[in-house]
Amino acid sequence: MISKSVDVAVIGGGPAGLAAAVSAKQHGAKHVVIIDRNSWLGGILPQCIHDGFGVEETGVSLTGPEYAEKYVEMAEKQDIQVLKETMVLQFDKSKEIIAVNKKGLYKIKAGAIVLAMGCREKTRWNVLIPGSRPSGIYTAGVAQSFINLYNIMPGKNVIILGSGDVGLIMARRLKFEGANVLGVVEILPYASGLPRNVVQCLNDYDIPLFLNHTITCIDGKERIEQVTIAQVDEHMHPIAGTEKQISCDTLLLSLGLTPENELSKNVGIEIDSVTGGPIVNQMLETTLDGVFACGNCLQVYDTVDMLSLDAKRAGEHATEKASLQKRKQKSNIRIIPGDGVRYVVPQLVDKSGMIPLTFRVEKPKENTILRVLAGDEELLRKKMRWVNPANMVRIEVDISAETIASAETLKVIIDDC
Amino acid sequence: MKNFQVAIIGGGVIGSAIAWELSKYKVDVVVFEMGSDVASGASKANSGVIHSGINSPTDSLKARFCVEGNSMFQTLADTLGFQFKWVGKWIIAKNQHEEKELNRLQNVGIANNVPYLKVIDGSEVEKKEPNVSCYKALWVPTAGIIFPYEFTIALAENAAENNVKFLLETKVIGLKKQRNNFEILTDKGNFQAQIVVNAAGLNCREIVSMVEEPDFQVYPCRGEYLILDKNYSSLINSMIYPVPVKELGVLGVHITPTIEGNILIGPSAEFIGDAEDKRTTKEMMSTLFKEAKEIIPALPKKAVISAYSGIRCKLASEKSGGWADYRIEESKHTTGLINLLGIESPGLTAAPAIAREVMKMISKHMELQKKNNFKLKKGRIKRFSEMPLKEQSDLVKNDERWGRIVCRCEQITEAEVINALSNPLGARSLSAVKYRCRAGMGRCQGGFCTQHIVRIMEEQFNIGIDDMKLKSPKSYLFEKRTREVKDD
Repeated sequence: MISKSVDVAVIGGGPAGLAAAVSAKQHGAKHVVIIDRNSWLGGILPQCIHDGFGVEETGVSLTGPEYAEKYVEMAEKQDIQVLKETMVLQFDKSKEIIAVNKKGLYKIKAGAIVLAMGCREKTRWNVLIPGSRPSGIYTAGVAQSFINLYNIMPGKNVIILGSGDVGLIMARRLKFEGANVLGVVEILPYASGLPRNVVQCLNDYDIPLFLNHTITCIDGKERIEQVTIAQVDEHMHPIAGTEKQISCDTLLLSLGLTPENELSKNVGIEIDSVTGGPIVNQMLETTLDGVFACGNCLQVYDTVDMLSLDAKRAGEHATEKASLQKRKQKSNIRIIPGDGVRYVVPQLVDKSGMIPLTFRVEKPKENTILRVLAGDEELLRKKMRWVNPANMVRIEVDISAETIASAETLKVIIDDC
Repeated sequence: MKNFQVAIIGGGVIGSAIAWELSKYKVDVVVFEMGSDVASGASKANSGVIHSGINSPTDSLKARFCVEGNSMFQTLADTLGFQFKWVGKWIIAKNQHEEKELNRLQNVGIANNVPYLKVIDGSEVEKKEPNVSCYKALWVPTAGIIFPYEFTIALAENAAENNVKFLLETKVIGLKKQRNNFEILTDKGNFQAQIVVNAAGLNCREIVSMVEEPDFQVYPCRGEYLILDKNYSSLINSMIYPVPVKELGVLGVHITPTIEGNILIGPSAEFIGDAEDKRTTKEMMSTLFKEAKEIIPALPKKAVISAYSGIRCKLASEKSGGWADYRIEESKHTTGLINLLGIESPGLTAAPAIAREVMKMISKHMELQKKNNFKLKKGRIKRFSEMPLKEQSDLVKNDERWGRIVCRCEQITEAEVINALSNPLGARSLSAVKYRCRAGMGRCQGGFCTQHIVRIMEEQFNIGIDDMKLKSPKSYLFEKRTREVKDD
């Protein structure tokens, strides 16, 4: 067993882990380690060869690999230790991590831990699509990695289920490589990816988007041969008589992402049932003392820019924590999603000051008012011309010491104008 | 043309069990399997239950081989190294009317020599199974669970290590009886054998019809299953069965724990025209869930994480009641053709006993001499994830491939994937890896490990991307290279 002791250990070397580690170092942490299971840093970014990364953060539109490169260089300059091809098997409440790579087993004692494990894609079985179980069914991200990293085309005649961003990007990518993209099927009345991706990836290439539709059956004895699509009613149940068969040899699934939190659950960190990520306070600290969370394992972000911004805060607070000995026990105020709001991160707050809140709305809506309430007191009121579940909202709220002392909950709501 | 003494058609659990028995003797044996691995059909897709023998009429072959097979499993599991657990089963009666059926089953069981059967009050059952409510239940302790594919693979691999030749992806397309020999035509060439064992499962009639007019029909009957997430493993401790459905010759939708903690719900019973139609359907998924909820009211909908189906090989039609006994016999018209017909449930349990019976039939045609160099596999190899840290650490020190986790959900290492791909049968599909070491079986369903396994197949086994498949000869994984790479 190889033993190590560090100030901040970051689990996951994707964009969130990199930003958190760089930030930890900048805020004075001496010994920072990133542990990642891949042989490279940057997580999913190297396979995202389209551009659009970093626009909000740097004003320049970068490709995924370019964006990753920026942070990898920073990490290298700052002498952050990186353990690649290394899998964290477990960690415990005393923040001792057990990891393994080809050199052996590691025992890493950390002053603070930043969780940045990212997320995984939902599969066919998350939505239980009936039919046979042939080959040729891939999640969109797996197909993306085969095409862009492994130089392998999964198929020729492709149907995409789900209009998440990865699905939309992949529709265009496959088209570029000569595949027939027969359509994107979406059960909701609107696309679930960013509006700009619908325009740039589907409309610009005449790829049909079947809204209010779903796949009701998969056929094919060995390789997938066809899917049946059907229109759905307002309860998302297929409408009899609207079924249509489409021949294909490949089905890509873009059904959304699930934060990866097996390690967090194993050690007893509380998970928000809506976000699938740990419950955190304004410092992004989880319910386990000294363990912070950021990136897509906290909540699924829609742009890497916003993700990095929050991840840096996690790195900063983890560094503060690593230098302190004990948690100052304070009563937490819960932040609750109110009308029109699906979830809010952070879920807890225990300190006054400017606090960034990120949240998603339930449904697309126009002419709304965002309100943050502490009981009857309105802490913030902001007009929002347009809100959409695909676009995460980030606001800062000034929370006074009095509010912290008196309020039990804060509520975020979306009201009609 | 290659000559064998015995040719077995079908690498399911029956064919593999016979191959394994024969591998102990000095006989030249070949197994033809049209799938890309053994256990590709019904042997893979069933409940994985080792039955006690209370469900089949006394004096039937089903009862006889089930009870005999059951008594062999503990030793088999210990030597072949597959996982096996005596979890026991409850057959629950909801009312007095159904209680009569419990008594009937108990009497059949006693007549079939099934030990330790007991009818117990609902209140007592609830103490053992807090999520199940019933009026009374029959307790059957001699029922167990295995992974059916793990058992079949263990039999076949140990047979292969003892020189039985397995020809995968080889479909028998013709059979001719010559004077003392059979000529076997396959899509990979022709072979000769003295004895042919027809263990072709659903295709058993097709094989018979190659040499004679079959005197039976096969009625495919599909059974669908739901799989529950491991998080719900504590819902039950033992198998929970309703009293059997009388009409269809099946046991009814039951709830079965698995060794890894996923609970199975099913199977349904639906006679279908196409024996290869292994579909799951929306209607049946909801029916299964509804029926399971009647047994376990606390069952949450979100617990369901997957579904599959398997096809039973029945010799009786729906109209005639769906029940027929096995036929285990040498053809009256074609000497040397041993037919194993209609081997449906409890076929998994019966397999080792049927194999012994077939040995007797073969020994009438040839002298069977024991090998003295038979290599018996002894026990199960622990997975990396099951080892204590010290043992893991030592392994990585000796071989770095143990330090590379390929499947994160199940924590399977590169060394384990390589071992799976090095199997003596030459099975090289993605499913062959999955069923041998569990890589790809976890929650992400291969999202992380598929790329790694593909890389290992390419780099260490020289499998081209055109030849990679999911589970069967034509279930190809990829279309082509994205771009042609020019060597500089």
